[in-house]
Amino acid sequence: MATTEEIRADLAEIVNEIAGIPADDVQLDKSFVDDLDVDSLSMVEVVVAAEEKFGVEIPDDQVKNLKTVGDAVSFIENATA
Amino acid sequence: MTALGSVQGSPHTRLLGVGSYRPSRIVPNSEVIEAIDSSDEWIQQRSGIKQRRWATDEETVEMMSIEASRGAIEEAGIQPEQIDAVVVATVTHLLQTPALAPMLAHKLGTQRAAAFDISAACAGFCHGIALGSDMVRAGSARHVLAIGVERLSDITNPLDRGTAFIFADGAGAAVIGPSDEPGIGPVVWGSDGEQYDLITQTEDWRYAIQCASPHMPTLAMQGNQVFRWAAFEMAKIAQQALDRAGVSVDDLDVFVPHQANMRITDAMARAMKLPDHVKIARDIAEQGNTSAASIPLALDRMREDGEAKSGDIALFIAFGAGLAYAAQVVVVP
Repeated sequence: MATTEEIRADLAEIVNEIAGIPADDVQLDKSFVDDLDVDSLSMVEVVVAAEEKFGVEIPDDQVKNLKTVGDAVSFIENATA
Repeated sequence: MTALGSVQGSPHTRLLGVGSYRPSRIVPNSEVIEAIDSSDEWIQQRSGIKQRRWATDEETVEMMSIEASRGAIEEAGIQPEQIDAVVVATVTHLLQTPALAPMLAHKLGTQRAAAFDISAACAGFCHGIALGSDMVRAGSARHVLAIGVERLSDITNPLDRGTAFIFADGAGAAVIGPSDEPGIGPVVWGSDGEQYDLITQTEDWRYAIQCASPHMPTLAMQGNQVFRWAAFEMAKIAQQALDRAGVSVDDLDVFVPHQANMRITDAMARAMKLPDHVKIARDIAEQGNTSAASIPLALDRMREDGEAKSGDIALFIAFGAGLAYAAQVVVVP
């Protein structure tokens, strides 16, 4: 079972690859849109990459609830629990 | 019982010629941003579009189709009377009936060629290529003219932040004919009607005309869902088209996806792991999204710029409303 920090680090790597944001900036309290400047299309790419990486399904209607990195990490933790 | 006669076509087909027509009116982002309270930077970041072409009143679907077709026929080195079928892919011939194709077949000088329109939206051109190629192989036609033409500006809502900056106008055409070697690979095509509502006309004509405030229906799109489908599901279809043609990404010279959005093109290319040597069509930056016309327009720009040359292996993939999609590998004429 991956720790919260491990999931955050893997997600940070994905965000870095797709949106070019330094992985260290991708912290739990950061908002994808307001702090990290990840737009909605990049968010779709992040979601698809996260689904593959973590073996979870993130339905379209859930994506809008994932406002912060912490929201996404919690979602992944719950989905893989 | 009497046995029926049968015909045989050509075992192989290829694109003999391609032509296109760009409308004369260039519309920069600065002309569309006010109505949608946006900016040039936002549009470019969101779509890669710097400007688009919109047709003038004189640049009708008929006029643009004829211009594009003449280029394709000339390059093919055939006479119009050698064309046995004309297939037109469009969703913006705003006369429900008759189809656009018979009039074009007549005005281009064919000898009463079979002529009909197909409705496969942005996927239309690749459907036309597939139909044309199969007609030549089956012997129901020796030369087929496949046209993609749109005036999406007629059905674009200038106030819709999701689409007003995307759609554009233009035409492209290809002549398909017999070949000694395979020049058009097997089509991989399909539909996903469960997602019927992702890209759709806002309401049907009858409602739009009979309601209290009669108006033109427009084209609406659920951008993020379309993006996900196009970028990721279509990358898989593109790979299948390569596999069916017996071609690897390393063999590929040119990638010409439907010019839907530069972000979709980039995401597809990443998902397909295209090697650096593959030239990628980016006509959308200057032309906008012309639906069924986008692939021949994009290919023509690459040929003009020297990015695609005769004999190159190209992958076409087109996808859009329906949802519908089609992909094939072709040899550039």
